[in-house]
Amino acid sequence: MTHSVSMTVNGKSVSGEVESRTLLVQFLRENLRLTGTHVGCDTSQCGACVVHKDGQSIKSCTILAAQCDGADVTTIEGLADGDTLHPMQEAFRENHGLQCGFCTPGMVMSALDLVKNNPDPSEKEIREWLEGNICRCTGYHNIVKSIKAGADSMR
Amino acid sequence: MYDFTYQRVGSVDDAAAKVKGADDAMLMAGGMTLIPTLKQRLAQPSDIVDLSGISGLIGISIEGDNVVVGAMTTHAAVAASADVKSKIPALAELADGIGDPQVRNRGTIGGSIANNDPAADYPSACVGLGATIVTNQREIAADDFFTGLFETALDDGEVVTAVKFPAPSKAAYMKFPNPASRYAIVGVFVAQGSDGVRVAVTGAGQDGVFRVSEMESALTSDFSADAVANISIPDGDLNSDIHASSEYRAHLVTVMAKRAVNNASSGD
Repeated sequence: MTHSVSMTVNGKSVSGEVESRTLLVQFLRENLRLTGTHVGCDTSQCGACVVHKDGQSIKSCTILAAQCDGADVTTIEGLADGDTLHPMQEAFRENHGLQCGFCTPGMVMSALDLVKNNPDPSEKEIREWLEGNICRCTGYHNIVKSIKAGADSMR
Repeated sequence: MYDFTYQRVGSVDDAAAKVKGADDAMLMAGGMTLIPTLKQRLAQPSDIVDLSGISGLIGISIEGDNVVVGAMTTHAAVAASADVKSKIPALAELADGIGDPQVRNRGTIGGSIANNDPAADYPSACVGLGATIVTNQREIAADDFFTGLFETALDDGEVVTAVKFPAPSKAAYMKFPNPASRYAIVGVFVAQGSDGVRVAVTGAGQDGVFRVSEMESALTSDFSADAVANISIPDGDLNSDIHASSEYRAHLVTVMAKRAVNNASSGD
């Protein structure tokens, strides 16, 4: 069965035809060509697909596109202002918070949800929050540093 | 995923009608278990009936001595609720330890208990606190609700609408999490309330959550970790897998019970 869905993605109204079983991440990547949101494990564990839906971080591989009809979605592409990186992206760049970069979009989107509710997170709080984001380059150390620095520059 | 027909509903009655009218429909709450299950083609429903549009199922309220949690309330909302933190801090802590932040932003209490995964956290809180499961048809005591592995007392078309938790005088939940999934390898919920002491174990039993009556009576006469330290449960009916043998799980039940008793805290 197909559905017409409309949502706001990175501030723009978008719409499309999706099957019932189409995942949000498929809609973002394949329909909208927003390929910054990655599919890593496809089993809701790795967090490479984290986006914000209505202000909360979620795993876009574990929600149907049809469920997001009318939603407000932000992806990694929605953060930078032209050529100026978002402070959290800039912090990852500054602090070598990425190696291969595959997990980075999810890390950044997850970090921003943390900082929204906890503007000055401790290292322990950052590490606990990253429960659902896996980095296969094992770069957690610099990711934590990046998030701390990003939070500092956003305050 | 096999294809299915996605349907969004605005009321519980509509959801029940859609389930009855379809060949083989499944209700979807947060989808944190259902969508991965569909992806692995472990289920092939004709229809998915999405409950997320029913606003009346979302929210937390205090009714007398009960904390009432709407079925579509997310784990993150339970963990952050001032009412839950003040009346049943152990329940807020349990919710805060489920999965990861993104799972807690989507997963719901109603979905968790209706699925009755043997390693899920919430069944132990429901049984441990002597909760009442409210559905669109009746009220079911938690002791009667969880009937076996992924099985509950729910009938076809019966929808969980809320869970009523009586506030205990003190309670705690301790779990030994699977290091990858954060599901409970063993989780023990201990509560002292108006109907006595309850000890409910999740993660260990082959049929899901169960109570340990020997620990309950020991704690009734002496609410201390020492009282349960020498009580071990038989490992014959416990889960055994690559993460933990049944013997190890039996050992963990006693250890987690001791820690829970030591950590039991009271609400206001």
